[in-house]
Amino acid sequence: MSKQFLFDGRPVPFEDGQTILQAARAAGHYIPHLCWHPDFPPHGSCKLCIVKVGGRHVSSCAMPAKEGMEVESNTPEINGERRALLQMLFVEGNHFCPSCEKSGNCQLQALAYDLEMVGERFAHFFPDRPVDASHPDVLLDFNRCIFCELCVRASRDVDGKQVFALTERGIHKYLVVNAESGRLGDTDFAASDRAADICPVGVILHKRVGFARPIGSRTYDIQPIHEVDMKERT
Amino acid sequence: MRSHEISSSQIADVVNRHHRLPDRLLQILIELQEPSGWLPPATLTALADALGVSRAHVEGVAGFYSFLHTEPVGRYRLLFSDNIIEHQLGSRELMAALCSKLWVEPHKPSEDGLVSVSTTSCIGMGDQGPAMLANGRPVLRLSHQRINQIAELVRQQVPVSEWPEAFFHVDNNIHRRDAMLQLDLAPGAALQAALALGRAEWMRQMQLSNLRGRGGAGFTTAVKWMACADAPGADKVVVCNADEGEPGTFKDRVLLTTLADAVFEGMTLAAWAVGARQGLLYLRGEYRYLRPTLEAVLARRRSAGLLGRQILGKAGFDFDIEIHLGAGAYVCGEETALLESLEGKRGTPRIRPPFPVTRGYLGRPTVVNNVETLAKTCLIALEGGAAFAATGTAQSTGTKLLSISGDCARPGIYEYPFGVAIERVLEDCGASDTQAVQVGGAAGIMLASYEFHRRIAFEDVPTAGAFMVFDSSRDLFEVARNFVAFFAHESCGFCTPCRVGTSLLLKAMNKLADGHGAKTDLADIEWIDRLLKNASHCGLGSAAPNPVMDTLLKFRPAYERRLRSLDFAPAFNLDDALAAARRASGRDDAAAHFSADHAPR
Repeated sequence: MSKQFLFDGRPVPFEDGQTILQAARAAGHYIPHLCWHPDFPPHGSCKLCIVKVGGRHVSSCAMPAKEGMEVESNTPEINGERRALLQMLFVEGNHFCPSCEKSGNCQLQALAYDLEMVGERFAHFFPDRPVDASHPDVLLDFNRCIFCELCVRASRDVDGKQVFALTERGIHKYLVVNAESGRLGDTDFAASDRAADICPVGVILHKRVGFARPIGSRTYDIQPIHEVDMKERT
Repeated sequence: MRSHEISSSQIADVVNRHHRLPDRLLQILIELQEPSGWLPPATLTALADALGVSRAHVEGVAGFYSFLHTEPVGRYRLLFSDNIIEHQLGSRELMAALCSKLWVEPHKPSEDGLVSVSTTSCIGMGDQGPAMLANGRPVLRLSHQRINQIAELVRQQVPVSEWPEAFFHVDNNIHRRDAMLQLDLAPGAALQAALALGRAEWMRQMQLSNLRGRGGAGFTTAVKWMACADAPGADKVVVCNADEGEPGTFKDRVLLTTLADAVFEGMTLAAWAVGARQGLLYLRGEYRYLRPTLEAVLARRRSAGLLGRQILGKAGFDFDIEIHLGAGAYVCGEETALLESLEGKRGTPRIRPPFPVTRGYLGRPTVVNNVETLAKTCLIALEGGAAFAATGTAQSTGTKLLSISGDCARPGIYEYPFGVAIERVLEDCGASDTQAVQVGGAAGIMLASYEFHRRIAFEDVPTAGAFMVFDSSRDLFEVARNFVAFFAHESCGFCTPCRVGTSLLLKAMNKLADGHGAKTDLADIEWIDRLLKNASHCGLGSAAPNPVMDTLLKFRPAYERRLRSLDFAPAFNLDDALAAARRASGRDDAAAHFSADHAPR
């Protein structure tokens, strides 16, 4: 008899060591997430995966599942908060979907559609962030960074390079690359790195393939992100 | 421009002194910055090479801490403490006066690189402000006269070390003593008593005492110690959290000044209980001036056999303490962020569980206790757990040190048994006409006059020790706005709600302060408050809305009188947006403004 907890009222089995998000996902229940990736340990920064357990908010990506837990996820209250977190991410950076070549493949955009975000609500910050086109194969557009650190982690833990890091703090935090010049072209970054294909938004972009597949026929144009994520389970 | 190069031999010296350990990165950066005041790009590159870590990592750490600079700063760095109490004592006017005397813009180094004048979060001198840090050293009791003197000393380029001693004199201002502050500890006496009891009995006395953490959270100390003692892993660690960053708190500064032996002895008592061999005291950068005396106390304790091998002759009881410096980051007071910082990284709070008692400093079982908590364990060792528990209340045993500042006759340190009523404290410190008291600092609770019968205790009004008094002349909206600015500045930026939410909250408060607020802004403020409270990664974010929630609840007119009688007013201000065009065209007449009510009179 395996252990189980209740996810929005439905029983979900789990094994010791699994987090709420892992167990729910394995059982076919989608929890929105941006900084969580199945190949990496939980990070817990985006907070899109918040759920309520016994009246308390927790990050489901990091919280170990426990026998008998009652987890609320797909409720108007939690989805309302998730929508507000998305709005915060949108106003913090410079996100112009119609002119972004990641449109349709962008998880931030896809989640905004999924959670029915119809406007930004909060005042925009319009930060002054540069673009780095110094690398022959890859473009960095920092305007869209959501600080999930997937590139930091992939470069460090998979590629063994530590090309990326975050500096400063608070709202002034930004992504830097491993070069005194601050230019990606002066690092050992390669288009074949894992970090080159991990960005959930449109910061790390391969050059010369931006519109190989036209907007309108891309991943999340065809299918909503909650379905794509379930399909991607192995 | 002066030459800022830090030579490669200087870098090698410092790195070698720290045994080339990457987890010493923060300490190394602090030392390397010492000569020129900032860290040039080439220094970061050379340091990364010397330590065998990526340059991006070094840049990331250097950028995190307020007192580390990756861009040139003035040779004189004058930072005014940005605490609301000091604002009320005129610190902003003094800063403006200093800037105009020195012909500098605030927050920008002067053209000749001589001086920069800026602000910094509360430096723990709220009872003797306004205060500033001059190249890291606190200068107290600022007045226009003192500001004039400082401007002159800077202009004449007199080194800070040669400024008048009176500038730097820090008062202890102890106005009420109880068991802790009456303690006249013969170094080693408490330790001797605990060793005589034996480890198990010492732990039992700690349990009997029911001592709870004095840093604010109030976790039972014995439970923490036992969890660490029982955790697998032989190389346990005791950490003393002396990162006293909560605005309005300064009792740890006084404890470290007057009872350093008790603090170190408390760490040693903890080490005896849990079986630790290594101790670390994390001293906030603002208290760096205390380091030489603390090091001297440590040296004395070593030569007295109270630290080092076989403490007090006890075979197998080896323990020593090292001091690590912080560098201006309030979030490092959160225990897991503090551990990250001790490991030389950015002070980002960790995911919990695992808790530090099982996986702490460098993955080892670690006890993290507040300065006051550790000092109190000496009382328990000397007099027993039951005697300690005899004062205070059922759930809050013993005494509490309060740091009192603001509108009262005698600001300073007051020690009371837990359970003391707010009104009693107000009477003792000479406060009259009190409108509100902020207990527990920016993250704490604001109490209105109808609540002054409430008591300082974990079961009623918990506190890490700050007690800020505001009389009826004070604008509590401005108090809340100052706290919000503090949290926005100190947010580590790890999680979305805190990184963005604290800044959004500040924008909303600023909009109200500018007179552009509307009812919808109050709704937005309440919505951001809720997101911060519910979704934040650590206590900084979830406490950040407290001052706003309290003042909105208890002093709502302070907000409402700032609203325009509109349902909605845009955050984007057309007239402000024209400011750059006005500057460029050198115009400021009525026609250069969006509407008549913005034009200069």
